[in-house]
Amino acid sequence: MTTLLWFAIGFAQACIFLAMIFCAIRLLWGPSAQDRVLALDTLWMCTMLAALMMGIRFANDVYFELALLIALTGFVSSVALAKFLMRGEIIE
Amino acid sequence: MTANIEALPLENLPLWLAIPVALFLILGGIIIVIGALGLLRLPNFYQRIHGPAVTITLGAGSILIASMLFFSGLQSRPVIHELLITLFILMTAPVTAMLIMRAGVYRDLRAGKIDYTHPRGTRFPAEK
Repeated sequence: MTTLLWFAIGFAQACIFLAMIFCAIRLLWGPSAQDRVLALDTLWMCTMLAALMMGIRFANDVYFELALLIALTGFVSSVALAKFLMRGEIIE
Repeated sequence: MTANIEALPLENLPLWLAIPVALFLILGGIIIVIGALGLLRLPNFYQRIHGPAVTITLGAGSILIASMLFFSGLQSRPVIHELLITLFILMTAPVTAMLIMRAGVYRDLRAGKIDYTHPRGTRFPAEK
């Protein structure tokens, strides 16, 4: 039973790591600027999920606050970058 | 798995709860990889924006449900504060996607990539 749980946790962490690698490739290689912003947004989400997975792995509740903070910061940064792409300035 | 990780109190989780947690974790991992693969492999920006939507809604939802079940079983009381992250993501992900898509459309229009005088409507802008 614990072996099953360890396998599932390791599998999910490997999948999130693979998804982060894909997002990093798109972030570095993306042909247009909006592709890079989209990849960065997905990378924030994957980082939030990685923090949650660390919380499950170490059975610790502190990582939940880390994941919440990462989600908040990612939303603000993505909105700022999208507004910058659209208007050329963030605060008008 | 080293010894100090095995010493954590994971054995308190009952079997009938460990199986759904493991299933949700595996499902979430597969869905996250599918979404990121869509972001990497789809040919156009307007098709590419659909990949992260799968990752953010279904994949993150599965991982959050697994986390909720896990901590509820571990602490023997309902732990539902992961619903905060779920609610926040479900509120902000469409906003982010819409802002990025509008920015992409404006940039493509400004660069003259979208042919909006075409009679059948707009075509996909060509990838440069």
